[in-house]
Amino acid sequence: MFWDALTLQLGYNASLVTVGATLLGISAGVTGTFLYLRKRALVSDAISHATLPGVGIAFIVMVALGGDGRALPGLLLGAAVSSWIGLLCVSWLTRLTRLSEDAAIGAVLSVFFGFGIVLLTIIQTMGAGRAAGLESFLLGATAGMLFNDALVIAAGGTLTLLAVLILRRPMTLLAFDPEYAATRGINVARMDLAIMALAMAVTVIGLKIVGLILIVAMLIIPPVTARFWTDRTDQMALISGLCGGLAAWIGASMSAVAPAMPTGPIIVLVSFALFALSLMLAPNRGVLAAYLRHRRFQRRVHMRQGLLALAQSQPIYEAYTMRLLKQAKLALPDGVPTDAGRARAAKALRDEKRWELVRADQAFESAAALYDGLRDIETVLTADQINEIDQRIGGPKEVTP
Amino acid sequence: MNGAEFVPLSLTPILIGVLAAIACALPGNFLVLRKQALIGDAISHVVLPGIVVAFLITGAVAAAPMMLGAAGAALIAVAMIEAIRRLGNIEPGAAMGLTFTTLFAAGVLLLEQSDTSSVHLDVEHALYGNLESLIWLDAMGWQSLFDPIALAGLPPELGRVAVALMGVIGFLWLFWRPLMISTFDESFAQAMGVATNRLGVALVMVAALAAVAAFDAVGSIIVIAMFICPPAAARLMTNRLEHQVVWSVVFAALSALLGYVFAGYGPLWLGFDHAVSAAGMIATVSGAILAIAAVCAPHRHRSGAPAT
Repeated sequence: MFWDALTLQLGYNASLVTVGATLLGISAGVTGTFLYLRKRALVSDAISHATLPGVGIAFIVMVALGGDGRALPGLLLGAAVSSWIGLLCVSWLTRLTRLSEDAAIGAVLSVFFGFGIVLLTIIQTMGAGRAAGLESFLLGATAGMLFNDALVIAAGGTLTLLAVLILRRPMTLLAFDPEYAATRGINVARMDLAIMALAMAVTVIGLKIVGLILIVAMLIIPPVTARFWTDRTDQMALISGLCGGLAAWIGASMSAVAPAMPTGPIIVLVSFALFALSLMLAPNRGVLAAYLRHRRFQRRVHMRQGLLALAQSQPIYEAYTMRLLKQAKLALPDGVPTDAGRARAAKALRDEKRWELVRADQAFESAAALYDGLRDIETVLTADQINEIDQRIGGPKEVTP
Repeated sequence: MNGAEFVPLSLTPILIGVLAAIACALPGNFLVLRKQALIGDAISHVVLPGIVVAFLITGAVAAAPMMLGAAGAALIAVAMIEAIRRLGNIEPGAAMGLTFTTLFAAGVLLLEQSDTSSVHLDVEHALYGNLESLIWLDAMGWQSLFDPIALAGLPPELGRVAVALMGVIGFLWLFWRPLMISTFDESFAQAMGVATNRLGVALVMVAALAAVAAFDAVGSIIVIAMFICPPAAARLMTNRLEHQVVWSVVFAALSALLGYVFAGYGPLWLGFDHAVSAAGMIATVSGAILAIAAVCAPHRHRSGAPAT
């Protein structure tokens, strides 16, 4: 059954919703990447909460004009207008007053949302039953979605994705170096607004599926996930889009099978699962990789200190050092070095002396800057240079066991 | 309107609203100054999974376990934000957004999957509370304020919010100087021997306490609005922290009072016969106050910014 949903075998409407959600997830992931790189991830929270009064007003206006208050395009238009006003309020508060952006975001989201709730209670008194669909904008619902609504969502998702693809170059420039972008003839303020407009489009289209409280997650979690896997923007946008699309696809399919399962929360939780996996397992930036790196570093330090101790025939008290030396067959269990150990120890001591000379000599300044106590000197100096240093040190000395 | 109608139906909701608003606005001052305003937003979202889990464990809608659950969820959220921020080297805003949406989603899912149809526990209630229903049925009029039997019938939310407010005031009174110093100059505070990290966590915990107590009575939307709007408006009124705190208390109380009155009686004045959501109206009024402050408050510009 779940497989049927994943492979779009559950009827035309459900398939359309799934495709629409997936497209939306992809565009949310890609848009969110630029939002995240511009360090404005939480602005989307203000945008999404600010949609509610627009939905309410659009409903009231459409009913007043004698139409059906629940027509999705009208509601989405209202949502877009009011979230745009909310966005302008955020930028106005940050630019013209001393309030910082986070306070402006918080103020706008709570006030707009509160006003939206007031409008919802007004609508409830306008006539019972007619407002039933509006609460679904809070948490999203795909069950019982009309064919036209699904079409609006699928088309909107496609258009947003196209817009993101077209604007991806200037947005990348802007995310990393606004000044350089300005010298290249990009209008920074307008491009910032364009990023916000894309975020707004994603939010408005996602209202019906994910709901306005959780839509921010689709803009925030996939980019954060993608950031673990790459240092390149285009790849990050790609991975982020994939994560967002995957989460939306699985989420929409699950709720197509079990209508009681709300779509939005499932999409968010799948996204979070992808994030948690990345946090743990990603190469280089992941927690596991960091732990392994730390262990490797620890081993090198212990090894080196152990070899220096052997070379100077000092006793080794650190159990971990002793274990490492024994494992590498450099020392016997009682702490006596083997032949191989003696050779490595002599080399380590000699390298230490070489480094000492290198760091004292102005001529080797650039090489000395690379000294961190662990680096092999062969990786920094040529054989000729090492020979020159060795001549200054003199002949090798034997290690007394 | 006479006392026999006002005292039972409107006095306690107004009192609870005002106390909850002040309890949130007080720590909000410091959160806004420390650029942590959205912590309030995050806390009020994660309260939902906390109360749902508490409900699933105890099987009843009782105040004490739910407050505990909410406070626990707030703690977990703060720890999770810190962990994600440090482990993943992610900017704090994104870590916060990630954490609270995930926990909120988990809360919604748990709520939908568990059998809560028999009790009054749903997402809408969590969002906009039930301020209007906190009436004092035992009161007959103003004289009931001195009647011990009637006083015993006060809504329990009033007592909880009052206790939370006392806790907040006590914390601020005890730690006023270190809080002030560490808010404006963290390194100086460290040099003075203030444990700034611990103080920061304590501030967030106090904010969570206020949020949980207020949430129980008035819903999360007021909590977020009161954490941010009154302190932000007060910030535009003055350059002194003491004055800012006083202004924020005034603005918070005014929002709660006017919001409740507008919600309850405003539609009647306009000829409609139904009240609107008090929680939403209180948030709206606080936004209106902030808007007025942003347009004409004396200290609205950044110091040093050219006059425009």
